[in-house]
Amino acid sequence: MTAELGHFAVILALFVAAVQATLPLIGAQRGDAQWMAVARPAALLQFLLVAVAFGCLTNLYVTSDFSVVNVAANSHTDKPLLYKISGVWGNHEGSMLLWVLILALFGSAVAAFGANLPPALRARVLAIQALIAVGFYLFILLTSNPFERLIPAPANGRDLNPLLQDPGLAFHPPMLYLGYVGFSMAFSFAIAALIEGRVDAAWARWVRPWTLAAWCFLTAGIGLGSWWAYYELGWGGWWYWDPVENASFMPWLAGTALLHSATVVEKRDTLKGWTVLLAIITFSMSLLGTFLVRSGVLTSVHAFATDPARGVFILVLLIIVIGGSLALYAWRGPQLVSAGLFQPISREGGLLFNNLVMATATAAVLLGTLYPLLLDAVGGGKVSVGPPFFNAVFIPLMLPMLAVMAVGPLLHWKRGDWRAAVQRLWPAMVAALAAAAGAWALVTDGPFLGPVGLALAAWLGVGTLVELAERLRLGRENLGRSLARLARQPRAAWGMTLAHLGLAVTIAGMTGAGAWVEESIQVMAPGDTVRLAGYEFRFTVSRDGRAVVVLNPEKRVYNVSGQPTTEAGIETRLTGDLYAVVGDRGTTADGRPGFVTRLYFNPLVAWMWGGLMIMVAGGALSLTDRRHRVGAPARRGIAAQAAGAD
Amino acid sequence: MRSRLIYLLPLGLFGVLAVYFAVGLTRDPKIIPSALIDKPAPEFVLPPIAGGTGGGFSTADLKRGRVSVVNVFASWCVPCRAEHPQINRLAGMGIVPVYGLNYKDAPEEALAWLNALGDGYTAVGADASGRVGIDWGVYGVPETFIVDGTGRIRFKHVGPIVGDALEREILPLIRHLQGGGR
Repeated sequence: MTAELGHFAVILALFVAAVQATLPLIGAQRGDAQWMAVARPAALLQFLLVAVAFGCLTNLYVTSDFSVVNVAANSHTDKPLLYKISGVWGNHEGSMLLWVLILALFGSAVAAFGANLPPALRARVLAIQALIAVGFYLFILLTSNPFERLIPAPANGRDLNPLLQDPGLAFHPPMLYLGYVGFSMAFSFAIAALIEGRVDAAWARWVRPWTLAAWCFLTAGIGLGSWWAYYELGWGGWWYWDPVENASFMPWLAGTALLHSATVVEKRDTLKGWTVLLAIITFSMSLLGTFLVRSGVLTSVHAFATDPARGVFILVLLIIVIGGSLALYAWRGPQLVSAGLFQPISREGGLLFNNLVMATATAAVLLGTLYPLLLDAVGGGKVSVGPPFFNAVFIPLMLPMLAVMAVGPLLHWKRGDWRAAVQRLWPAMVAALAAAAGAWALVTDGPFLGPVGLALAAWLGVGTLVELAERLRLGRENLGRSLARLARQPRAAWGMTLAHLGLAVTIAGMTGAGAWVEESIQVMAPGDTVRLAGYEFRFTVSRDGRAVVVLNPEKRVYNVSGQPTTEAGIETRLTGDLYAVVGDRGTTADGRPGFVTRLYFNPLVAWMWGGLMIMVAGGALSLTDRRHRVGAPARRGIAAQAAGAD
Repeated sequence: MRSRLIYLLPLGLFGVLAVYFAVGLTRDPKIIPSALIDKPAPEFVLPPIAGGTGGGFSTADLKRGRVSVVNVFASWCVPCRAEHPQINRLAGMGIVPVYGLNYKDAPEEALAWLNALGDGYTAVGADASGRVGIDWGVYGVPETFIVDGTGRIRFKHVGPIVGDALEREILPLIRHLQGGGR
């Protein structure tokens, strides 16, 4: 009964979405207020219906109703409650339902809080949201119905993949989806702007908070995923450039670019066409990401061959959404005339440079991810593109961007003076040289990129603080006035400072863990010791109280699937992680029975996730800024008065 | 006019991509060339399933001068259930020894599964850790290999053997190899 109720709710949601996608759009075109007014209640109703459907599926999982195929295939009565719930989205059908739930959530948020949006813009945005939703409801109902019955019902389920039974991964997909789907808001606003043929500061002000929220979730989601890979998979690494990771990284890169170009639209009324294109690209990457992971095009799970209808549906949906919006862009884009002119050396120039690098990086990751597919399509055979390609392309792109990133915020809008900016950055220069020299002295035989990476991290970190000090006029006015300025800094400015600082910390972590990781693989019998990075690892069966730390790596075997997983023993320190994994039985060099152990020292690796958390905190802080809530430029007068008063 | 063309560029690029996607869809992801084709089977010794009556098998069993079949299966794998009658049928013909590689499975569940569906295997080796499976390049269960008399892998079938796959692919190749074909 619950399953049928859920199924019915999805069908109803499809019809509501179909109404929401058409009437308000026509109404906005004809200036009919009543037709436009359909959008808000429809969006709220749609969310209610999907929430009911999602609640039904969750209920089926919690009560272990194995008469539903989806539950039987992914759950088990003995599973802890948390994993019964996370099992809802741990599979294709359920995750699609989560996708539309979040889409409807964002739509209803516009309906509920969009009171100060122009009615026509609001109607169009909600209609486009519903249009995307219609595609997804059809996809769910026609090819991926999570409520399908299984008769006769089996006695127990097949269990969730043990690798996925982990708190880190329970929350990873919802975070990621909040990010992916969040970018649909920017997309809908972009399409609405193309239909209206108008992009202005108010538009950018509306797009930015949604993009920023999506960006925060996506950053947190990627961080969680990489952390999970680090401690659960037991490979000692944190990023593998595999298609699934790339799928989440591409929208992040494009979204980061969008965030920055939307600032230019808001402040300087220029780069309009480019920003709209970025919004389309960012959401396209999200769609591509969702489907690349789920469809099995790249990961070559057997799903595709068994259900070709799903693959064809996905392709048609992608062509309609992405192709349709790009066609609209080709038609209407030229009308978006940018007003503000600027010199290459200026704040706009810096942000544009960021955009170009981010867009190039997105394209490079896309190419690397799709290359195996493209080659196969022309009959070139099956290949895979590994980390060497990505590192070779990605690192050289990022180095100049990090160098410019410290300078950009110090430049003036319109026309900047890069000499003056660089002169003010002398503390950052000193810090960068000190970091490089320190790294060089500590690790003489490491790769060249190690000191370079740390130097750039120090340059960016201290450079960001220099920019903050400039804003406070620290040292040029008396301390009291500077502190007063500190208290008056808008939260959005703090957000930028924090996010840039967070990136500096993350870069330091990546450099440390990437350049100076030490590892040792051997067979150890109880009592054996191995020296690594100045630490002595002793293999004990009982816990040894005199040791520096006791690491407890585990090998777990799960009851149902019999698949063993590896739990790494990790001790996190500021200078680096001690990381130990126990593998299969083996024989030591002198013939005693033992276990294969892999020991790692990952320098600074915790900084990476710490930095990501700082970035998310920065984004979240910026979201609470008053300007984002006020939205409309009508209040600008008040803000200008306030600025003039100090 | 030129500026308009720039606005068309993204659409054009996506069009090219979409064509590739469409072509990609027609490709069977199961056709993945195995690096092991025509290479000697990896060295291994597999114990029997704990608690079972049969014996395990090793590389030596595959080098006895006769064509043999190695079928990778697990009790947790649903497609294996679908293909198992075909495996039993092949074994029942008595033309080749059919070895079972029980991949990452719990012994008691594997035995219960074989009891329920019938155990036609010449011998079954238990690969609880999946190490031997990795050496064989197994990435999805079930998979079926045909090994010639000298212990070289000659064919790999990914996914379940259902429908007419046995008649169309497996048996002709076995007869060909048994007839001294190369």
